[in-house]
Amino acid sequence: MTRALVLRAAGVNCERETLLALEQAGAKPELLHVQQLIDAPSRLDEFALLVLPGGFSYGDDIAAGRVLGFELRCFLGEALAGFVARGGYVLGVCNGFQVLVDTGLLEGVSARPSERTIALTNNVSGHYECRWVTLRNEPSACAWLDAGSLWPTPVAHGEGRLMFKDAQALERLRQRGQVALRYVTRTGGPAEYPQAPNGSTDAIAGLCDPTGRVLGLMPHPERNVAPWHHPHWTRSAPRPNGEGLEFYRRLVAAAGR
Amino acid sequence: MASSASLKSSVSSTTAAPPRAWRVDVFRRPEIDDPAGQAAVGALAEIGVRGVRSIRRGRGYLLSPTLDAAQVDLLASQLLVDPVLEHVQVTAPGAWPRRTGAGRQRIVVMRRRGVMDPCALTIEAAIARQNTALRGDRTVRVLTFVAWELESALTRAELDTVAREVFANDVVDEIFVDDDGLHFEFPTAGALRVVQHVPLRDADDARLEQLSHEGQLSLSLDEMRAIQAHYRTLQREPTLAELETLAQTWSEHCKHKTFTGVIDYDGELIDNLLKRTIKAATLELAKPWCVSVFHDNAGVIEFEPGWNVCFKVETHNHPSAIDPYGGAGTGVGGVIRDILGVGLGAKPIANTDAFFVGPPDLPSEQLPKGCMHPRRILRGVVAGVRDYGNRMGIPTVNGGVWFHPRYVGNPLVYAGCVGLMPADCTDKQVLPGDIIVVVGGRTGRDGIHGATFSSLELHDESQSVSSSAVQIGDPITEKRVTDALLRARDARLYRAVTDCGAGGLSSAVGEMGADCGARVELERVPLKYPGLSPAEIWISEAQERMVLATPPEKLAALLAVFHAEGCDATAIGEFTSSGKLELSYAGESLAELDMHFLHEGAPRPLRKATKPRVLDADEGCPPCADASAMTLALLRSPNIASKEWIVRQYDHEVQGMRVLGALCGERDDGPGDAAVLQPLANSRRGIAIGCGANPDYGLRDPYAMACAAIDEALRNVVAVGGDPSRTAILDNFSWGNCKRPEQLGALVEASRGCYAAAVAFQTPFISGKDSLNNEYRTADGVISIPPTLYVSALAIVPDVARTVSMDLKRAGNLLYLVGMTHAELGGSQYFAQLGVDSGRTPRPDLALAPRTLRAVHSAIASGLVRACHDLSEGGLAVAAAEMAFAGELGARLDISTLAFGVFDSARVDRDTLALFSESCTRFLVEVEPQHAAEFERALQGVDLTRVGAVHSEPRLVISSASRALVDVALGDLRAAHQGGFQG
Repeated sequence: MTRALVLRAAGVNCERETLLALEQAGAKPELLHVQQLIDAPSRLDEFALLVLPGGFSYGDDIAAGRVLGFELRCFLGEALAGFVARGGYVLGVCNGFQVLVDTGLLEGVSARPSERTIALTNNVSGHYECRWVTLRNEPSACAWLDAGSLWPTPVAHGEGRLMFKDAQALERLRQRGQVALRYVTRTGGPAEYPQAPNGSTDAIAGLCDPTGRVLGLMPHPERNVAPWHHPHWTRSAPRPNGEGLEFYRRLVAAAGR
Repeated sequence: MASSASLKSSVSSTTAAPPRAWRVDVFRRPEIDDPAGQAAVGALAEIGVRGVRSIRRGRGYLLSPTLDAAQVDLLASQLLVDPVLEHVQVTAPGAWPRRTGAGRQRIVVMRRRGVMDPCALTIEAAIARQNTALRGDRTVRVLTFVAWELESALTRAELDTVAREVFANDVVDEIFVDDDGLHFEFPTAGALRVVQHVPLRDADDARLEQLSHEGQLSLSLDEMRAIQAHYRTLQREPTLAELETLAQTWSEHCKHKTFTGVIDYDGELIDNLLKRTIKAATLELAKPWCVSVFHDNAGVIEFEPGWNVCFKVETHNHPSAIDPYGGAGTGVGGVIRDILGVGLGAKPIANTDAFFVGPPDLPSEQLPKGCMHPRRILRGVVAGVRDYGNRMGIPTVNGGVWFHPRYVGNPLVYAGCVGLMPADCTDKQVLPGDIIVVVGGRTGRDGIHGATFSSLELHDESQSVSSSAVQIGDPITEKRVTDALLRARDARLYRAVTDCGAGGLSSAVGEMGADCGARVELERVPLKYPGLSPAEIWISEAQERMVLATPPEKLAALLAVFHAEGCDATAIGEFTSSGKLELSYAGESLAELDMHFLHEGAPRPLRKATKPRVLDADEGCPPCADASAMTLALLRSPNIASKEWIVRQYDHEVQGMRVLGALCGERDDGPGDAAVLQPLANSRRGIAIGCGANPDYGLRDPYAMACAAIDEALRNVVAVGGDPSRTAILDNFSWGNCKRPEQLGALVEASRGCYAAAVAFQTPFISGKDSLNNEYRTADGVISIPPTLYVSALAIVPDVARTVSMDLKRAGNLLYLVGMTHAELGGSQYFAQLGVDSGRTPRPDLALAPRTLRAVHSAIASGLVRACHDLSEGGLAVAAAEMAFAGELGARLDISTLAFGVFDSARVDRDTLALFSESCTRFLVEVEPQHAAEFERALQGVDLTRVGAVHSEPRLVISSASRALVDVALGDLRAAHQGGFQG
C-alpha cells in the first residue's frame, strides 16, 4: 500500500479532505507536523508520496506559502531534494502549490530564490474566490495524468495567478513538459474569467517538475470526491464519486510503483 | 489605551525623524500590473476623488536596528521579497528612504501602537526559528506597513480624505501622508500601581454614578449601591480589580439583565422574560435529543449515535460599527471559541454570518456625522469574515444581508459556528486543585472594556472614546489553539475549558470557578508587551485565548501538546474550594471576591415596558400595473438581489463536507434556501443550516416578526431536506435601548412570539444571545435599529442523497404552490417598492404551519420532489423567477386557482396579492408528472395548488386565467438579480 505523508503546519487546513481522498484512492496516509519532520528528516524515507495540503500556512503572511516555503528551504531543502531524486512523488495543492513554488522544487532541484522564474501572486480580481472550474490534463511530464481529459474541480484562493519571469521561462517549462493542467471552459475551449479564475498566464492551473513526479496545482481535487461534491449533482444522474478521486487514484498508483 | 487626543492628530504632516529601524520597502516591478492598485483607483472614484492616474500598493517592514546590513539583505531576499515579481529598497536605521519618481504621492498605513499586527508576529517567529542562520540570538522586533503610491496631484486635504476613507481606519491605523517618519515603537511600561482601592463606602449617589461613568463600568446606580452595601459589610473599600470584575460579570453583555430581570409590562409583572418564553418552550418540548441547552457556550443536540452537533450565534455589533473589518473578524473568532469551549471542545465545521446595514445607495450627504457609509461597512465586514473564516479552514455556508435605513449608525453583525463532537465530550467539570491554564494569544491592552462598551449606545464620538474596544484578529493563533485543543481533548488532558470572550480572564475564570473558587497569580499571564497593570491583565479581552482546568498530574503533558503546535500555554493559578476569587500580583493581594456575591449579588432591575404600537392599518392591495417590471425591480432591490459577490469570497468547500451550498443551479447563481453538510464521511446523515429574519416586520409587529422569522428559518431547512421534527433553533435579538418602555414592550412581544412558534413547531431553542442597546445618537436625535430577531435553524437531514436544491430541473415537470396566500403585504418588499407603509404583517398560521412543514418533508424524504424553494421576500413572483433562471428553464404559472385566505375583495387585487404577498409557510415545488399523485397524497390536508409546469422556452410567464401578468425572459431576470449592489 502506498504510504503518503501529509505535511501540516500552523494554518494548514485541508488535511481532512486530503486524508479522506488519499484513503479512498488506496493510499495509507499519515499526518505529520512540519516540526516533527524537521526533527527527523529521515522519516521521509518511509513514504512514497509527500502531500502539501491547502490552507493558509502561517496565515499566508508576507505572501501565500512564503514562510512555510522559507522553513522548508532552510531546514529540509536537502531532505526534500533527496526524496525527489530517489523517486519520491510530491503533490502541492493550493497553498501547497504556493509552498512548492517558493521552495524551487518545481524548477529543477531546489533552485535558489534568485534563480526562480515562477511566481504565484494575487488574483487579477483582487480578492479571494471560491468557485468550480473545469481543468484539462495537458500532455506533460506527468505521464500518470491522462492527457486530454476534462474534469471539474473547485478552486478557493486569493493568490493563484501564475506568472513567469519572462517569455523564455514559460517556453522552457513548456518544452520540458511542465505545464500539466489548464483552466478551460466546460467543453474544453479557451477559458476566460471566471472559468479561468485568477488570471494565470496561459490559463495554467498546475505545473510539474521535469520528472513529472512533483506536481503543484491551485484547484482542490480532494474536494470533488463524494458523489454530492459537484454543485450540480442534484441536476445530474447519480454517480459513485467525484472526478477528483480519479486524480488521486492515478497519483497514488504512480507513486506506489 | 489610545487616547482621543492622539486620534485627532492621526494623520501626520510634519516629520520629526526617520525611524530607528531598518526599513524594507517592497514594490511590484513596474512592468507588472497591480490589481490592488487598480481597485484603489476605483474606490477613489467612488468617493468622488478623480485625477489619479495610477496607484501601486507596496508592502514594507521595519526591523530592529540591531541587525547588520548582511542579515537584513539575507532576510529581504530569502523571506520578504518575491524574486520574480518584486523589487526591494532597504534603508538603514535613521536614514531617509530614497524617494523615486516625481509626481508620486505616498500614503503609508501602519497599525497603531499596540494594535495586533499578525504579519509582524509571524515574521518575528520565523526569524527567531532562524536565528542560527542569522548567527545571533537577539530578539528581532518587526512592524509592517502598507505603502500606497499615487501618481496624482491631489491636495493635502484630498490625500487626508483618501487616506481615512479608503486606505485606513483611524481607529486602528496610523497614517503617514508623504512622510517617512514612521514610528518604530512598542507599547511601554506605564506607572504600575498594583493595588488601587476605590473609595466607595461613603460615596453619595451622584459620586457612585460618577465612578461608574468615569471607570467605563456601565454599572447602574442600583448596582453601585449593591456593591457599596456589600463592601460596607466587609468594612473595607473595593479594589479596582474587584470593581472591574463585578462590572464585567454584571454587564448586560454577560448577564442579560434585561432579559432575566423583572419587567412591568403595563402593570403585568414578568419575572424573567427569558425563562418564561424562550427557555419555557425548550423545557416544555423536552426533546430527548437536546443534549445541552442554554448553560454552556453553545447548544448541543444529538447527531447520530456517538456524535453530537452544537451551534452558537453571536452578535458583534458595536465593534463592527467602529472597525468593520476587525469587528467582524473578531466576532467570527469569538464564536469559533464558543464552539471550542462547549463541553470539552467541538471541532468547528461551519460558519454562518448575517449583516444588517444601511442602504448601499445612501447619498453621502444623508450619512449621519461620525458614521461610515454602509457600502464601506459591508465591504469591511465581509472582508473580516472572509479573512478570519477562510484562514481557520471553516467553510462559511449560510447567512444573509438585510438593508434598512435605520441600521446606518448601528449595523448588526452576527457570526455563527457549528461544531461536531464525540458524544462523550459533552460534559465538563472543574474540581478544586485543578490548575488554571491560559492558552493561545498573549494578553495586551487591546479590547479593554469591550463587554461594558457593548452595553452602551453608539454616538458620533464613539470612534474616539472606544477605540480600545476594537481589535484585529489573529486567526492563525486561533488555528493553533484549535489544532492543539482538539488533540489535548482526545488525550483527555483537561477536565474543563471555556473561551476568553467578553470580560477576558475575569469572566472565564470567574465562570469556571463559580461553584468552588479560584486563585490567579496575574504576573504569570503571558503579555504582548510589559507594563500592563494587573487590573488590565485581568479584564483585557485580547483575542484567541482560552482557559482550561487540568488535573496537576496532566499539566506537563497538556503544555507539551500546545507547545508542539507553537502555541502558548501557561499555568496561571488553581481552582480552590474557598468560594472566593483571589487575585494576586507578585505576591501582593489584589482581590478577594466572594463568588456568591459576584454571581448572585447583582440586583435584578425592574424595567417598565409598554405594549408597542402595532401597525396593522390595512389599505388592501392596490393592483400592479406592470407586474413584469415590478418583478424585475424586486429582483434588483438590495434585499433580494444576488449576494454572490459575498459568497464567492468565502471558502465554502473546505473540509469537504458540503452537500448543498449557498448558490445553486446550472450557472451557480440561484440563491439556495439552506446549506447541507455531511459531517461524517462514513454516514449519509447530514445537517441543514438555515436562517430567517425580517426587520421590516419587526418595525410593524414584533410578535408577528418573531413567528415569521422562525417560520422562515424552518422552511429554509425543510426546503432542502431537513427534518422539522429534528430541528433546533437559535434566537439572536438585537434591539434598541430597552430602557425605553416601548422598545422593551416590543421585546416582550417578540419573545412571546418565539414561545408560541417554537411550541407550535416543536422546535426547541438551544442557544441564544441578545444585544439590547443598538442606537445611534446624533445631534438630531436617536436612531434606533428596527427590532431585529435573527433566527438560525439546525436540522437533521436523514439521508443527504435525498437533498433537494431550488433550481428547476426538467421541462415538463409540474409546479405546485404549497401553503395559503393571505392579504399580508405589511413590511413586504412590494410595498417597499411602492413606498406604502400599511398592511397586515405576515405571520404563520401556527395551527396549520407545522403540518405543512411535516408534509413537505415527508414528500422530500420519499424522493418525490425535484426542486423546492421557499417563498419569502418578494413572494411567488420572485421565488419562481429565481428557480427559473437558476435552472436555465422556463416556467408557466397560472395563479387563478390559488388558495387564498379571507380578505376584502373590494380593496385587494387578488392577482397582485398572489404575485407579491409574503405570507408564511409557502413553497414552490417541482414534481415529476409520474410522481404527481403520490406527491398530492403526501400533501393531503395541506393547502396545495398545481400552478403550472416547467418549460423549455426560457421565459417566466405568470398568468391569471388567460391574462399574462408577468412575462419576462430568463436572461432579463438573471440580469436584474445580478444587477443590484455587487460590492
